[in-house]
Amino acid sequence: MRRVRDMMRSRAGELLKDGAVTRVLGWKSGEFYYDPTPSFFDTEESLDELVYNGFSAAMLSKYLIEATKKEGRVLVFLKPCDTYSFNHLLKEHKVDREKTYVIGVGCGGMLDIEKLRALGVKGIESMEELGENLVIHTLYGDKKFARGDVLLEKCATCKGLEHKASDELAVPDELWEWETSDRFARVSELEGMTSGERFAFWRGELSRCIRCNACRNACPVCSCNKCVFDNPRSGVIAKANADTFEENMFHIIRAFHVAGRCTDCGECSRVCPQNIPLHLLNRKFIKDINAFYGEYQSGESVDGKSPLTEFRTGDVEPGIVHERGGA
Amino acid sequence: MPINEEGAAFKPLIVAFCCNWCSYAGADLAGSSRLNYPVNVKVIRVPCSCRVNPLFILRAFQRGADGVIMCGCHPGDCHYTSGNYFARRRMALLFSMLDYLGIERGRTRVEWVSAAEGAKFANTMNQFAETISALGECRRLEDIRCVESEI
Repeated sequence: MRRVRDMMRSRAGELLKDGAVTRVLGWKSGEFYYDPTPSFFDTEESLDELVYNGFSAAMLSKYLIEATKKEGRVLVFLKPCDTYSFNHLLKEHKVDREKTYVIGVGCGGMLDIEKLRALGVKGIESMEELGENLVIHTLYGDKKFARGDVLLEKCATCKGLEHKASDELAVPDELWEWETSDRFARVSELEGMTSGERFAFWRGELSRCIRCNACRNACPVCSCNKCVFDNPRSGVIAKANADTFEENMFHIIRAFHVAGRCTDCGECSRVCPQNIPLHLLNRKFIKDINAFYGEYQSGESVDGKSPLTEFRTGDVEPGIVHERGGA
Repeated sequence: MPINEEGAAFKPLIVAFCCNWCSYAGADLAGSSRLNYPVNVKVIRVPCSCRVNPLFILRAFQRGADGVIMCGCHPGDCHYTSGNYFARRRMALLFSMLDYLGIERGRTRVEWVSAAEGAKFANTMNQFAETISALGECRRLEDIRCVESEI
């Protein structure tokens, strides 16, 4: 990963110097080692602060919406899964392709700080990423892990390491590739439960929601200028003490608004401070769309229509929901 | 038949979204043909089944509906050519999601009823009311702010 970072720094420096781009969108180190923060870099000197490591999971695609409204071209670093969201934003004309310069960066799977914490890691000072091995230097000594054990959920079920959009690539040859698991496994498991069990499961998960709106704000697809949840007269603008809006409605509405457009980037679950598995809602829609209307991966290309904006005369009837087996 | 606390027979509250051009006329025909269907079916007229925003359905459940049914023109017969095709996709996904979240799948339904099918309308509503009566009250999506005070 350090090699990728060096490639990124030198290439960004060159492009800034010859004026091909006016600013660079990347990550700089945050308050802690494990939270590299999206940031803009305007000068060559400031690029010394650019970081890229196993914790640079934050997606940069959404920042382009505002960035491309300004003068000049933006250089952006996109990991393979970020390019899906980038394509989707292009498709919806939210981002101006002419004003972006995309460098596709190699990814070895991003790390889940929660999993590391559960394994007793704290006080991270630095990290060495050697293929599938991970050496974390902490205040309390070095710790070694197999990278595959501490990947983010979205990386354990990775969609693939191919960049779907890029102007150039910064991918080293010896990048580690890992075994991915079925992303619909948990959805199928839930589908196998009775409706009472499912209700109890979701009530348990969703009742933790504090309505911080992080899932909405991080979602690259959720990018309306005016959001239905921001209406101050709706009575649901923030969490109230005595209501069940979050459990009942908020997450259904949020998931439905991105149905057929969700690229399954997993940012909603990653940013959730309460660790609610929100991707399971989105994946349910994706699974249904694949089953009802044929395989569709949002963001795979800029062309074509999304499933909810087109139809076929022979589509399945909604009654299929009732005919399917199970409880 | 399930009995509620007061000892009265449970009457489910059913919301039916009917498109102006087919199903609402179908309901009209059911009425003028003197066909019976449950009085607790509340018919809401919409210009087209496609007008039914998924939020309407959630809203109905939030306000205490026990079942929601959407009726529209038969596929291919939409007054606006293709509205019901879009509605069909939307509702398939929404109903599947509601099922996934633990709302019994019998509580939602889509039925295509043309203006000439008064009997079908009455039949559908009778059947649906029976299904919902068997399922009982739906409190899972109800918002406590929307419950009318019983005091």
